[in-house]
Amino acid sequence: MCPKNKLTVVSVLESGGHMSEEQKSEQERSTGKVPFVDYLVLDKTPYLQAHECESCGSRYFDRRNACAKCFEDTFRQVPISREGEVTSFSIVQMGPIPYVSAVVDCEGTSVKCTLMNVEATPESVNLGMKVKLMTYSMGEDSEGTEAIAFGFEPSET
Amino acid sequence: MGSDAIWIVGSNMTKFGKHPDKDVIDLASEASRKALKDAEISLADVGVLGVGNLMNAGAGIGQQLQKQIGQTGIPVFNVSNACATGATALRVAVMAVKAGETDVGMAVGVEKLAGAGLLGQTGQKPKSETWEPNGRYGALSSTEGRIGTGIMPGVFAQIGMEYGHKYGGTSFELFARISEKNHAHSTLNPLAAYQKRFSLDEIMNDVMIAYPNTRPMCSGNCDGAAAMIVVSDEKMKSMPKAVQKRAVKISASVLTSDPWVDGCQILPDVNTLTRNAATQAYEQAGIGPEDLDLVELHDCFATAELVHYDNLMLCEEGGAVDFFESGAPWRDGAKPVNVSGGLQSKGHPIAATGIANIHEVVMHLRGEAGDRQIEGARVGLAHVIGLGSACGVHILEKVA
Repeated sequence: MCPKNKLTVVSVLESGGHMSEEQKSEQERSTGKVPFVDYLVLDKTPYLQAHECESCGSRYFDRRNACAKCFEDTFRQVPISREGEVTSFSIVQMGPIPYVSAVVDCEGTSVKCTLMNVEATPESVNLGMKVKLMTYSMGEDSEGTEAIAFGFEPSET
Repeated sequence: MGSDAIWIVGSNMTKFGKHPDKDVIDLASEASRKALKDAEISLADVGVLGVGNLMNAGAGIGQQLQKQIGQTGIPVFNVSNACATGATALRVAVMAVKAGETDVGMAVGVEKLAGAGLLGQTGQKPKSETWEPNGRYGALSSTEGRIGTGIMPGVFAQIGMEYGHKYGGTSFELFARISEKNHAHSTLNPLAAYQKRFSLDEIMNDVMIAYPNTRPMCSGNCDGAAAMIVVSDEKMKSMPKAVQKRAVKISASVLTSDPWVDGCQILPDVNTLTRNAATQAYEQAGIGPEDLDLVELHDCFATAELVHYDNLMLCEEGGAVDFFESGAPWRDGAKPVNVSGGLQSKGHPIAATGIANIHEVVMHLRGEAGDRQIEGARVGLAHVIGLGSACGVHILEKVA
């Protein structure tokens, strides 16, 4: 969760199997990798995690001051399924390289993403297609830290 | 009619398009002065001014306008509410009159956008040589393209595709045919930025912007202004007979924002707030969608028009495709939609749009819409939505 709250150090067990911010950043330092966004967890098997409202269960990927649904302000971190189904997409052709922007329903949680490893043509993408989370390198910065981004790709590859 | 009724007695819009010789204030002045003239009223009688402009939201366009048309010392509300900015300016004037603070309000929306290109999320350059998380997602650089798109044509494409996933029946061709209708309608509107009729083939084979929206299926950035004078019931009855005869009643004036729904932070939900606004407006007006003689809705993209047939309850839930296939929204159909040509051909000078769509309905209810007149029109609805989100719905009636 961001901003990083130094006071809430919880063990992996106490947090339901998820790493605290300190453990996460420690892992990042040791592996030399950082996630493109802070809701991508670079575990052995990377996954997305959401801030879930402890009161009503609404899920958010961005930092929230309070829940937009019930106004409460305590959240827990929950992992999001790595498998999903495309519920909407557009093939964006405004830049030099066309790409597929999509909304993926990951077992009840909507995720916004770019579809990877798929041709950016209407014939190659369809509503309801099954996809799974993947990660890829965005390159290294001047200190040799590698940034890792995520996308979704067709399940049958 | 109740004594708290609010009336439109003056209305004007400039031609939409390219106005290289006029600045924002020139355009706003033109629409404002013509609206005042239309109402046969003096600026000295106006007690509140609501002015909408998005691209110069911090510039005090309302006061700049006063410098050119008259500084009377009245309260000015400069508003900015995405594509619903114009409707928001009108809401300010309506609320002030309704609250009894003044008898006469003026609302103006103006924008210069010709050649502005694509609007929406823009890329930010990394600030340093090393990866640094930024913003509420802790992103290392711009998420645009990396995590889907936030640019308007892509967002609204996905909004249409989502409807297709939910209810079925949509296709690239269907969305293109919606655009074909609006471009056909525009040929009768001399105020439209584009009056060219496109064949279905031309629309489908034009440059793809964000599938399934090709270029003619996107609203056109252009310049324009629109202005409106609203008065209380008492004031209206004191005005010249000729003005009273052309007065149009605001039977409903509603502005909503997007309530929380599951997934709304992933793909903006333009549906719930539109449906809420429509529901409130029908209740306020005491009429239903079946009573509408024409509808101007926010077709910022062809994919958006489809979902708003449903959101405005012009059809039963999930029935937007069938509604379009029935021919209803064509100008000779059962429920004419966007006979002005819509944003795809009339153009979309953002802050002017939310007043210009009401102006279009006013023209028809007055019987002054010329070649594109919907004969006998007595009730109309104007809808506008700005991402973020804000939705304005106005229902107008010809009573006199």
